[in-house]
Amino acid sequence: MRDRKLRVMVAKPGLDGHDRGARIIARAFRDAGFEVVYTGLHQTPDSIVKAAIQEDVDMIGLSSLAGAHMYLFPEVVKLLKENGADDIVVVGGGIIPDDDIPKLKAQGIVEIFTPGSKLDDMVGWVKANVKTRTD
Amino acid sequence: MSLTYSRKIMDDIRKEREKWERTLKEVFSITPQRLERFSTVSDQEIKPLYTPEDLQNHDFQRDMGFPGEYPFTRGVQPSMYRGRLWTMRMFAGLGTAKDTNQRFHVLVNAGQTGLSTAFDMPTLMGYDTESPRSKGECGKCGVAIDTIVDMEDLFDGLPVDGITTSMTINPPAPVIWGMYIAMAEKRGIDRRKIGGTIQNDMLKEFIAQKTFMCPPIPSLRLITDTVEFGTHEVPRWNTISISGYHIREAGSTAVQELAFTLADGIAYSQAAIERGLKVDDFAPRFSFFFNSHLDFFEEIAKFRAARRLWAKIMKERFKAEDPRSWWLRFHTQTAGCSLTAQQPYNNIVRTALQALAAVLGGTQSLHTNSLDEVLGLPTEEAATIALRTQQIIAEESGVANTIDPLGGAFFVEALSDRMEEEALAIIRKIDEMGGMLSAIEKNYPQREIADAAYRYQRQIDESIKTVVGVNKYATEERLPVEILEIDEALEKIQIEKTLRIKMERDNGKTGECLERLGEACVSGKNVMNPIIDAVKAYATLQEVCDVFRGAFGEYKDPGIY
Repeated sequence: MRDRKLRVMVAKPGLDGHDRGARIIARAFRDAGFEVVYTGLHQTPDSIVKAAIQEDVDMIGLSSLAGAHMYLFPEVVKLLKENGADDIVVVGGGIIPDDDIPKLKAQGIVEIFTPGSKLDDMVGWVKANVKTRTD
Repeated sequence: MSLTYSRKIMDDIRKEREKWERTLKEVFSITPQRLERFSTVSDQEIKPLYTPEDLQNHDFQRDMGFPGEYPFTRGVQPSMYRGRLWTMRMFAGLGTAKDTNQRFHVLVNAGQTGLSTAFDMPTLMGYDTESPRSKGECGKCGVAIDTIVDMEDLFDGLPVDGITTSMTINPPAPVIWGMYIAMAEKRGIDRRKIGGTIQNDMLKEFIAQKTFMCPPIPSLRLITDTVEFGTHEVPRWNTISISGYHIREAGSTAVQELAFTLADGIAYSQAAIERGLKVDDFAPRFSFFFNSHLDFFEEIAKFRAARRLWAKIMKERFKAEDPRSWWLRFHTQTAGCSLTAQQPYNNIVRTALQALAAVLGGTQSLHTNSLDEVLGLPTEEAATIALRTQQIIAEESGVANTIDPLGGAFFVEALSDRMEEEALAIIRKIDEMGGMLSAIEKNYPQREIADAAYRYQRQIDESIKTVVGVNKYATEERLPVEILEIDEALEKIQIEKTLRIKMERDNGKTGECLERLGEACVSGKNVMNPIIDAVKAYATLQEVCDVFRGAFGEYKDPGIY
C-alpha cells in the first residue's frame, strides 16, 4: 500500500446547479487533510468515472438535489465496475427521500448523507471507511 | 441632523443611556448574558438596545419620508397594502405541462392571484427531454417544456390576458418567453396586453444558481435583446427579475445578497443604455427578487435599504427622471435553505415568520415555501398550507392595516442605514473591478459567497447558531410526511409527444426559421422575432438553444470551492 493522503472526488452529476453543499463538503475534506478533486457542475456519469480513474481517487462523493439521483448514482457505480474500478468507494448526498436510501445502497452506493449531516461526522465517516487504494 | 430630537434632549438621552448601561452591567455581573456575542443569521453584531443616539445622522425626510416618495424607504406605492395586497404567487411546476396546468387551476381556485412557473432541469438548461443529458430529470423539479404545444397545454383554460405569469427561466429565457408570446398570439391576444415576468438574470447564474449555457458576454447580449424587445413590443412585461434569492440560497450574507443584486442591476442598466435605450424607457420594467431568511429584522432592514439604495442609483447614477424608474419593485420567496428535513412541520412556522418579514418589508409579491420542499416537490396539501399562511398574514393578523409599521423603530432604522452603507461599499468595490462582468471573471462574488456559506455551516456544526430540530431539540423519531413522486414513465410520454410534433411539422419551414435566428445571432440583430417565428414553426427549445450554443459557445463551471 502506498503511503499517501486520501484522495476524494466531490462530483455534481446531472443538470442540477445546487452546489452549495458540494462545495462546502469539498472544503471540509480539504481542511481535514484529504486531497480533493471537485468536478464542478453538470457532469455526466461517464465524465465523472473517467476523471475519477484518471485522478486515481479513493472515493467519489456524488451530490444531487434535483431528484435525478435514482438514475445518476447507480449509473456511476455501474460504469466504475465496467472499467474495473469498483474498489473506488461511492457515497451520495443531497435531497434523497428516505425510501430511496435502501434502494441506492442495494445498488452499491455505500452511504447516503442527507440534509442536517455534520461536516465533522462526514469527515469521520470517510476516515473510518475509506482506505487508499492499492495498485 | 437627528431624527426628531433637540440637542438638549439628546444630551438627556445620553445620560440616561449611560445610567442604564451601568445597571445592565450590574445585572450581568450577577446573571451573565445568554450569549457572549449576539449576531444576526448573517453574523452582523447586534447591540442590546437601540436609541435615538443610533440615528444621529438620520434625517426623517431624506432617509425615511413617505411611502410612494423618494427614496421609497417606506414602500414604492403611496397606498401600499391599504390599496391592494401583495400578489400571492406560488411557484409551481411538476411533471408534464398537463400536470402543472392542473396544479395551477387548484391554486387559482384556492385564491392565488398570480401564476409562477417552475421548469424542470432540462428546460432550465435548454435541453429537450430526449437529450441524453436529460435522462432521469424529466419533470423532477418543475415542468418539462420542449415545444409551444407544451406551453399551450400549460396555460390551457387560464386567462393569460387577465392574470400575470412569472417564469423562472434564465439561459433559455428568450425562447420560453417567445413561446409564451406565441401561445398568447395563437389565442388572439395582443402581445402588448400580456403581463408577467421572466427571470432572465444570467449574472446571478454565474454567481450563484449555476444554470448556464453561453458565456457571460453573449448572455448579456441576449438579455439586452429581450429588454429592447420588451420596451418596444411587450410593454407590460418585466423583462428581468434581478435576483438575490439564489445568491442568498448559495450561502451569502444579507448584505452580500443586497449588494450583488443591485450590482447586477447596474450592469443590466449599463448594457441597455449602451444599446441606445433611454433609462426611463426600460428601467420601470426591471423588477427584483429577494430571499426572506430567518433573521426577522435583518430581512426587513434589507428590503427597506434595497429600495432606498436602488432609488439613489437610478436617480443619481443613471439620471433617471421618471419616478417609476426609481422604484425597486420586488418579489420575495421564503428561504428554502432554512428548512429542515428533521421535524418538517416546524417549517410551517419558519415560513410564516419569513413571510411576515417580507410583508413588513413591503414586498409586491410573495411565494411561501411548503413544509416538504426540503424533501421533494410540494404536495397539494403542503402548497395549500403555504398559501393559507399568506392569507392569514394578510387578512387576520392586522399587519397590512398600516404602511411600514416598523418605520421609525430605532433598531430597524439603524439596521437599514447600516445595511445600505455596507452594501454600497461592496458595490463600489465591484465598480473598481470594472463592473460585475469582470468581478465574475475574477470569481469575486463566487468566492465571497463560498466563504460565507462555509462559515455559516461551521457555526451550525459548532452550535454557535441554532437550528431547531437539527443541532438542538433533536429527536430520534421521524414524522411521516407524504412525498410527491414523479412517475418515471413521464419521460417516455414526453419524448414521444415531442417526436410526434417533430414528425408532423413542416421541417423545411422550421429549418429556415432557425437559420434566420442563426444569422441574427451573428449580425447582432434582435433575436426575439426570429425566435417567435421559430417556435411558431414548432422548433423545440433545444433546437433554438443549440443555435445559441453554436453561435456563442458554452460556458463551463470553473469549479471554485
